[in-house]
Amino acid sequence: MNASLLSLAIWVPILGAVPVFWIGSERRELVRWFSLAVAVAGFLVTIPLYIGFDTSLSGMQFVEKAPWITRFNVEYLLGVDGISMPFILLNSFITVLVVLAGWEVIEEKQAQYMGAFLIMSGLMNGIFSALDGVLFYVFFEASLIPMYIIIGAWGGPNRVYAAFKFFLYTLLGSLLMLVALIWLFLESGGSFNILDWHHLPIGIKPQILIFIAFLVSFAVKVPMWPVHTWLPDAHVEAPTGGSVVLAAIALKLGAYGFVRFSLPIVPDAAHQLAPMMIALSLIAVVYIGFVALVQTDMKKLIAYSSISHMGFVTLGFFIFNQIGVEGALVQMISHGFISAAMFLCVGVMYDRMHSRQIADYGGVANTMPKFAALFVFFAMANSGLPATSGFVGEFMVILGAIKFNFWVGFAAATTLILGAAYTLWMIKRVVFGEVGNDKVAKLKDIGSREFLVLGLLAVCVLAMGLYPFPFTEVMHSSVDNLLKHVAMSKL
Amino acid sequence: MLNNFVIPDLYPAAPEIFLLLMAFLVLFVDLIFGATHRWIAAMLTLITLFGCAAITLVTWDGQTTLTFSNMFVDDALSDFLKLMTYFAVIMMLVYSRQYMADRGLDKGEFYVLVMFATLGMMIMISASSLVTMYLGLELMSLSLYGLVAIDRESSRATEAAMKYFVLGALGSGLLLYGMSMIYGATGSLSINGVAQALHQGQAERSVLVFGLVFLVGGVAFKLGLVPFHMWIPDVYHGAPTPITMFVGSAPKIAAFAMALRLLVYGLFGLVEDWQPMLLVMAMLSIGLGNLAAIAQTNIKRMLAYSAISHMGYMVLGLMAGVVGGRVEAFTAINAYSSAMYYTIAYVMMTMGAFGTVLLLSRAGYEAENLEDFKGLNKRSPWFAGMMLIMMFSMAGIPFFIGFFAKFAVLLAAIKAGYTMVAVIAVMFSLVGAFYYLRVVKLMYFDSPVDSAPITAGLDLRVLLSLNGLAVAAFGLFPDQLALICYTTLARSLSG
Repeated sequence: MNASLLSLAIWVPILGAVPVFWIGSERRELVRWFSLAVAVAGFLVTIPLYIGFDTSLSGMQFVEKAPWITRFNVEYLLGVDGISMPFILLNSFITVLVVLAGWEVIEEKQAQYMGAFLIMSGLMNGIFSALDGVLFYVFFEASLIPMYIIIGAWGGPNRVYAAFKFFLYTLLGSLLMLVALIWLFLESGGSFNILDWHHLPIGIKPQILIFIAFLVSFAVKVPMWPVHTWLPDAHVEAPTGGSVVLAAIALKLGAYGFVRFSLPIVPDAAHQLAPMMIALSLIAVVYIGFVALVQTDMKKLIAYSSISHMGFVTLGFFIFNQIGVEGALVQMISHGFISAAMFLCVGVMYDRMHSRQIADYGGVANTMPKFAALFVFFAMANSGLPATSGFVGEFMVILGAIKFNFWVGFAAATTLILGAAYTLWMIKRVVFGEVGNDKVAKLKDIGSREFLVLGLLAVCVLAMGLYPFPFTEVMHSSVDNLLKHVAMSKL
Repeated sequence: MLNNFVIPDLYPAAPEIFLLLMAFLVLFVDLIFGATHRWIAAMLTLITLFGCAAITLVTWDGQTTLTFSNMFVDDALSDFLKLMTYFAVIMMLVYSRQYMADRGLDKGEFYVLVMFATLGMMIMISASSLVTMYLGLELMSLSLYGLVAIDRESSRATEAAMKYFVLGALGSGLLLYGMSMIYGATGSLSINGVAQALHQGQAERSVLVFGLVFLVGGVAFKLGLVPFHMWIPDVYHGAPTPITMFVGSAPKIAAFAMALRLLVYGLFGLVEDWQPMLLVMAMLSIGLGNLAAIAQTNIKRMLAYSAISHMGYMVLGLMAGVVGGRVEAFTAINAYSSAMYYTIAYVMMTMGAFGTVLLLSRAGYEAENLEDFKGLNKRSPWFAGMMLIMMFSMAGIPFFIGFFAKFAVLLAAIKAGYTMVAVIAVMFSLVGAFYYLRVVKLMYFDSPVDSAPITAGLDLRVLLSLNGLAVAAFGLFPDQLALICYTTLARSLSG
């Protein structure tokens, strides 16, 4: 039982999607409840991963191994360490919320909508637990299909453009990664095992090429400046659930890729190119922060804020100290909660007003007090208010950055001002003040379902902000091990 | 003279003989019952193909047997490729039943020509002499020319058949000229004999290379590689859809076998001369095929250009056998079996794609424009899902067979040191992803323009579903097929 927990986390949602498709969109009630049941079941099977996790070990746990493609020595090899395990829980949890968020809003082809999210959830769990290069790649690329359909079929007016841009951008990166994976396979004498690659000696020139191939793939996914332009489009056009999964999980895949592939497999190239990575991260943090400031569309604003926050994550990885890397990982999880909540909040308003323009709102607090309280809370978390999860990660990364170099830390710290500026200014214009127009005056406050979704996230954000120890404890020894590994040259 | 005549061992050629006899039987039966009972010919053809499959399976011993004065070979490779051919033809017949019946094209000739074309392919697959190869090729090609023109009322089909015939004759001419050169240089028509002569190194090299160029040109023509690809879009577009499906599927297996037999079994001594030729043509095909497919509005034309690019990928595997002049059995077999795997995967996908075109066509209506796919998800979510699988598989997205086929080929190419080539190839598959995605976009994001109910028969529906599920299942469990490709090839090459 314990041995196949990861397989369950992957295949319960995917196989659960089959009856969802079969039930069909005509039986709406049944589809919703069944999808919810599958999503909850998918979340429940991941909980033993946390409970049974041995925090003192730095290696892989819950390992499953079976031959898959013997012809190319590809294995069905799964396992998690302290870095990847939290993301599986986060992903399965977010899926439950996404199903709840699409409860009434999605009117057309609801079965396909729910099914696509369930499949994606399983594929994402696969990405986080795959320890075989091909298996990882297969999950990584297959997860594009449901997202493409979600953006294109249930998105906004410019959805087709956004869906194509999303797909082709991401594919561009992953195809180069495929070449790098095959190269590593041949270089290692016929192994696709990622852990074997960690110990494979590689010369500096191939290291740099491999780093770049991985970089293209993961930078697009993170997304890092200057390959970030697909994200605002995708976010703006995607339905709320799509935005939530994109921001909360999909972006983390790129960052996770850096930790699992780039840093341990090609550490020397990572050290050599670290200045570039730090520069790109700081550009994302500062420049994109300014870009976010001038947005008039709320979803776009949050999308840019996501890029800026992910800049923090990549910054944390490439300063190579414990607090920085752990801070980056905490930031990833925290951003998963907060960005999901922010997009859900915008979704709540969009469902009522069918507008995402800041100018169409004003004084929402007067008509939706409960909602406004939660929205303001998440906005505070987004700008890194102490006692929320947003603060912990940013603070740790800034500490790490100052250790590394004062000016890098200084530049990173400007995000505290910028983040507060763009988030709170948006809040001021949307939530506070006089009631903006008649439409706002007629708004109804959130119902119990919406309250449940946002409330759960608020609890998570607060809990992580007040007591981050359970999160850092889990990842501590894995990060320690990673940094020791990265510090060793492979030349 | 007559007392020297020895009756050859007919046993290895049993499937061919059976098919030939049955083709005559169908011809005869159709003469008597054709006008009233058309189903008899169809049934007999299907029974024949299943019978061939049974014979091939029963006689499959993995041994290499030569017969007909060493002109015909029966080995593991030929048995496996023939089985694949039968299945492709059977699928084509089932897919096309209703379409041909609706248009009055299910005449006896159709079945007889299909059977002769199949016979031609089988002979190509089993050829161990240049003459047998040419014989099989001509039998296949002439039957295909006839099939393309089977709808006599359609001027477009007739034009396509004319183009196919003229260009096909040119291609065959190139091949024959190349063969004559090689015969002149080596003094042998047998493929093994050519290989031996090359091995001993007594042959005149300039004549050989001269012949090789023509030979490769002829092979490239049949595979539809750039710059010998001109016929593909016109024939695909002009022929009735089931015939397009036929031209685009089983003959690719035969053409692959031809390339393998001639270049690897025969002219392996010249590998360093033909590898660069194939490389250039592969890259051109991948590039041009993918770029030109974007501009198409007709799905048959689009699939034609996609076929060109897919054959390019296949050849990428075929040219990666020898690394820097060093011949290693494992590397070589690895590369050639990746090409074989690619061919079989491609045939499976392309049949499904054309099958969907047939699904949407009905009496008096050809669903061959991309527009016809609009909103298919609203009309039939199940079949939209099947087409989605085909498209993503062709684009090389996992978990579908197309991905693992590309993966195998790329692995072979990178192993042979062509890393930059692999990078360019994957970049073009990014371009290719665009037009496959467009089909998915039409099906899922747009509203239907054609809201007529789908009237296709149960046989087509079941087969298309099976086809789609097979593409997905072989993607989830790709091991078996890849291993079969590898072992049959290894056995055939060592035997």
